[in-house]
Amino acid sequence: MVEKTTTVNLKTGLHARPAALFVQKANQFSSEIFVAKGDKKVNAKSIMGIMSLAVANGAEISISAEGSDAEDAVEALVEIVSKEEL
Amino acid sequence: MANMVTVREVADQFDLEILAGEKGLSRELITSDLYRPGMELAGFFTYYPAERMQMLGRTELTFISGLTEKIRRERLRFLCSEETPCFCITRGQEPPEELVEEAGKRQIPILRSGTSTTRLSSKVTNYLEKRLAPTTTMHGVLVDIYGVGVLITGSSGIGKSETALELVKRGHRLVADDAVEIRQAEENYLVGHAPELIRYLLEIRGLGIINVMTLFGAGAVRDYKRISMVIQLEAWQENRQYDRLGLEEDRIEIINTSIPLLTIPVRPGRNLAVIVEVAAMNFRLKRMGYHAAQTFAQKLNQSLEDPEDFD
Repeated sequence: MVEKTTTVNLKTGLHARPAALFVQKANQFSSEIFVAKGDKKVNAKSIMGIMSLAVANGAEISISAEGSDAEDAVEALVEIVSKEEL
Repeated sequence: MANMVTVREVADQFDLEILAGEKGLSRELITSDLYRPGMELAGFFTYYPAERMQMLGRTELTFISGLTEKIRRERLRFLCSEETPCFCITRGQEPPEELVEEAGKRQIPILRSGTSTTRLSSKVTNYLEKRLAPTTTMHGVLVDIYGVGVLITGSSGIGKSETALELVKRGHRLVADDAVEIRQAEENYLVGHAPELIRYLLEIRGLGIINVMTLFGAGAVRDYKRISMVIQLEAWQENRQYDRLGLEEDRIEIINTSIPLLTIPVRPGRNLAVIVEVAAMNFRLKRMGYHAAQTFAQKLNQSLEDPEDFD
């Protein structure tokens, strides 16, 4: 399993549109991917899950993945949230 | 994940008066058990459960007032241990001076309520049980079908939300889509609800996010529901053997609770909503005492033993 903790730099946080992009990206991978914030952990491939976390700018989240392309998946998703704007 | 509740939250919830130790209001309660010190007041401290909220009612306070000052101070000091979260005086009584002093020194809050110890205890226990219950979040859709809470799971894009939509159309109720927060309310009793932000919402690919309550009405949603069974949808695999009889019952473990699990293969042309609906009905029927597969197997056995009876 690959896991990485990162701070969300997106100015608007994981607002509806960035969340949709994030989920779209996650769906390109076959690995099981999870996003955790605090004590909540949701499936990264589900837009409702991601939005229920209400990830704001500056929040710390941890992205974990399990599967054949786990490393690439975590890398790609960390890249999305570490940008300031999409 | 260990849950905890602060003394301040309990005080706010039950409107308790804070008599001393305001600085200690952030102390944590880690167990839902309460304690009424009795033996301790009589001087027996070998098994003092200090980590619980300590309730002092009429019995305890009357006993304390009958002690000599020196002994009273000594025993009350002992009650104020490092782990003691707080004291609660009931029936609006006055706390013993020595307790106020000793608790104040260690910043242990003393709370007061007007109700009787037993009544307050049961209310506080219920509240703490709820707050301290183990929780988890699962990826899936929770629907109430004929009163049976069915958690539909499966990988992304398999059709969970679409199945839920069809079930709602058929008159069943949506509890949560995509992220289901599950709490173990008591042993073998799991309750699922939706995270506040996405309550009543359903995401359907191609449509986007829809609000089931405004579209279908208040009768189409529920805020929470006990989870009675799990239905796992998975892509049809040619070489996998699927249950053809329904004699065996698979189970899945969610926070120490084992729940019946059905695996349903998805293939074009299979109406999932109907299958899930019937699975829930069949589950109800089994709980009511009729097991179709078992009854059939028994009948078959009988006919194999006495073929003539069935001519």
